[in-house]
Amino acid sequence: MSAQLLQFLFAGLTAGAIYALVALGFSIIYNASQVINFAQGEFVMIGGMATVSFLHLGMPLPLAALAAVAATTLVALALDKLAVERARGASVVTLIIITIGASILLRGLASLVWDKNIHALPAFTGDKPIALGGATLLPQSLWVLGVSLAILAALWWFFNRTLHGKAMLATAHNPLAARLVGISVRRVLLVSFGLSGALGALAGILVAPITFTAWDIGVMLGLKGFAAAILGGLGSGPGAVLGGLVLGLVEALAAGYVSSAYKDVFAFLIILAVLVLMPGGLLGRRAAERV
Amino acid sequence: MLARLGAARTGGLVALALALALLPLVLVNRYLYDVAILVGLNAIVCVGLNLLIGYAGQISLGHAGFFALGGYGSAILAVRYGWPTLAALPVSVCGVTLLAFLVGRPILRLKGHYLAMATLGLGVIITVVLTTEDRFTGGPDGMSVPPLALLGRALGGERAWYWLVGALLIACVWLALNLVESPRGRALRALHGSEVAAEMIGIDSARHKLAVFVLSAGLAAAAGALTAHYSGFITPSQGGFLRSIELVTMVVFGGMASIFGAVVGAAVLTTLPQLLTTLKDYEMVVFGAVMMFTMIFMPRGIVPTVAALFKRRTRQ
Amino acid sequence: MNFRSSIAVLGRIVSVAALAFAAHAQAQKEPIKIGAFLSVTGPAAFLGDPEQKTLELYVEKINAGGGVLGRRLKLISYDSAGDAEKARTFVKRLIDEDKVDAIVGGSTTGETMAVIPLVEQAQVPFISLAGAVVIVEPVKKWVFKTPATDRMACEKIFQDLNARKISKIGLISGSGAFDKSMRAQCIAVAPKYGIEIVGDETYGAQDTDMTAQLTKLRQNTQVQAVLNCGFGAGPAIVTKNFRQIGMSVPLYQSHGVASKEFIKLAGDAANGVRLPAAALLVADTLPANDPQKHVVLSYTHEYEARYHQDVSTFGGHAYDGLMLITQAMKNAGTTDDAKVRDALEQIHGFMGIDGEFNFSPTDHMGLSLGAFRMLEIQNGNWTLVK
Repeated sequence: MSAQLLQFLFAGLTAGAIYALVALGFSIIYNASQVINFAQGEFVMIGGMATVSFLHLGMPLPLAALAAVAATTLVALALDKLAVERARGASVVTLIIITIGASILLRGLASLVWDKNIHALPAFTGDKPIALGGATLLPQSLWVLGVSLAILAALWWFFNRTLHGKAMLATAHNPLAARLVGISVRRVLLVSFGLSGALGALAGILVAPITFTAWDIGVMLGLKGFAAAILGGLGSGPGAVLGGLVLGLVEALAAGYVSSAYKDVFAFLIILAVLVLMPGGLLGRRAAERV
Repeated sequence: MLARLGAARTGGLVALALALALLPLVLVNRYLYDVAILVGLNAIVCVGLNLLIGYAGQISLGHAGFFALGGYGSAILAVRYGWPTLAALPVSVCGVTLLAFLVGRPILRLKGHYLAMATLGLGVIITVVLTTEDRFTGGPDGMSVPPLALLGRALGGERAWYWLVGALLIACVWLALNLVESPRGRALRALHGSEVAAEMIGIDSARHKLAVFVLSAGLAAAAGALTAHYSGFITPSQGGFLRSIELVTMVVFGGMASIFGAVVGAAVLTTLPQLLTTLKDYEMVVFGAVMMFTMIFMPRGIVPTVAALFKRRTRQ
Repeated sequence: MNFRSSIAVLGRIVSVAALAFAAHAQAQKEPIKIGAFLSVTGPAAFLGDPEQKTLELYVEKINAGGGVLGRRLKLISYDSAGDAEKARTFVKRLIDEDKVDAIVGGSTTGETMAVIPLVEQAQVPFISLAGAVVIVEPVKKWVFKTPATDRMACEKIFQDLNARKISKIGLISGSGAFDKSMRAQCIAVAPKYGIEIVGDETYGAQDTDMTAQLTKLRQNTQVQAVLNCGFGAGPAIVTKNFRQIGMSVPLYQSHGVASKEFIKLAGDAANGVRLPAAALLVADTLPANDPQKHVVLSYTHEYEARYHQDVSTFGGHAYDGLMLITQAMKNAGTTDDAKVRDALEQIHGFMGIDGEFNFSPTDHMGLSLGAFRMLEIQNGNWTLVK
């Protein structure tokens, strides 16, 4: 395998892992409530920026990261309680507008609480690149990939082996039936928002040493995460991960071999093509519409 | 006669015409005319978008792309190829409408969030192409656009534009009202209710959806071309994701399945940022909060909620 | 006179003086309105935020010092968020509703170009804070600008390349307006300095990994140096990736990253990077007889004391814009638009943060190549290249 191709693959996998984490956040909330949370990107931003603040206050990095994840989770829970829960029963488009309004609000607050500058986080284990087969990989990329895998494993265990997780899956399949067996749909929604907030924050902290963080990085990341979730099939966890990795790889390869100016066009054309041929996404359920 | 005025259709149209005629009394300088004109242009896009989102039940997160393409098409034909602006504008609008037709057929088979993603992707593709092909489009800094000219005389001045846009808005609203009450319009609403049921009674859903999509794209392109010639300038950000979201917000805010709602939504959300500038750094926070809480407490939008309140009052 | 009557007389004198003063103040109460439209939020917030802060700080200081022509300054500024459409509407608002006496603003070239027809038609003096050369070429009667142009940045870099006997370079640029404009200028000006461009890569505005593009440049054995025409986070990522894949040829950045932030973001990778920048960044290490030393040093201290943030050259552009317009008003003795404009054109030897300004009817930018210094980053700090 040529060193150049390897370099592109490393870049693609790193970006793809981040998209996967954001996409998972979308999927989890969608599963619980059919809501697309356009403020997901903002969770990523808050995770990174909050860590920067806590570091400035003198906390060691692991503690700062933990505090930032907690803060973001609180924000996510607040978003659910104050906005989404009150709007249950509204149409899909209305809910979209509400979450978009939330993302604007969060961005505005971020620019006030923090500043408009770009900030970096220190890499977890240093900056020295690792040479591998002629290409170089940053240690932080390994962290991104490793932690993402760990999170996936943890989520799989949660959804398939614990009662709470299974309750959430049940709500996704059939909210009415879930309520009938005593599952509180409101609690499920709350937990899914909290979980997505934590996931987003983790993604933000993992990737900030490589890509930097600022008050407005949420917009693009949210968009790409949404695209990845759709590509993989909305509501499917493995689909979100697959979608994220595919998107990251397509972008890197297009930038390297076709044209870096048009790489986004390439990525979206591929998404459009996939959607036209497989309207449910790569791993999406072939929804049968009941009449 | 008064009963006819009471009917939403004619009454509303008369009210709109009256408002447009009386508004110049408060528009005391060019800046205020400018805001009014921008409201009108946004309203034209929103009326079309409302037909797509509110009546046909589809969604488009990329409509600003059509808006920008209409503007750039007209600008490029006029500037790079020397066409007279009165020819460039309609040709550009037709071109974009054709593009919407070609792209719409495969895309509209998607539903819900998948359709949202597809239209979003379309918008992104359009914006990237506009930003990158700078030999034609002037790149990210945009390009200047000559004013509309008839027989050598340029259409300048805010006052003239105000009447032009006002007249076009009334025409659009009248067209939309007629469409909604026509058999085609009823077919659309049936589609919105249940696509399966509509098809069962013989409505060709694909054709109807495509027709509305193309119509709304055409209206967006026309508004885009007019905006370009009015401002004298166009940049790729006019077609960006944030602008598409703005347009959808105007429609939902004003009231889905309400043509006058689209006009009201455009008016409120175009003037609101002007009013909020005094808040400086807090503008974004307040804007986001207004969006959120209006939608939470008035989920059907302003006009339908107000109309329902009114009906309840009069019934009592 | 006894004590009580002295007090009475004193009291009468004081009250007469107070009345006279109040009458005088009444006549002069009308403040001078300076209008501004800046990208305080949005993708160019990096530019607009320090510009806004600088304008606010110095309008306050000028007022504390007695104002201009005995009148207070009033700053009316709007946030155009990098959007040309919004910029147009706000400029109309400044001209028609707020009736400002002059406009300082336009953080980005796109916004500036969009409003030029408006200020030309309304005949209001306008000082732009954006970088592209098209703003003043061809010269527009009412439009001036303070930052040095992107073409000058290219020329400064090419001069340095000549000194290092480098003649073949690879370009890597972002897709933003600044990046593209500078890239176009560099390509246009390169032959004049005998520079050949043998590689030309681009990356997207929001990209987070440029190793793919840099790898292509590294494999091109003709490349003797790399020039990154960029702005924002991109150049910091390019610099880190550059070191990451082990490239060792000289790396040049643009004046778009002339701020301490760039060094903080790029970390150790930034050492050895050269870029053209205003003297503001090396205010402390300028020799004592440097004509700019006083103005850049006092700006640095005042800005940092008030905002607890590092200075950036973008704030410096706003400082120069404000000072130039108020100087022109003082020179003209009036705020009449036409007279102020004429006074602006006649300004010579004005020492600003961007450099020494010498305007003329054919030059509305006023700076020469000497306004740019060539800086190199060493040990995480800016140093002057001799």
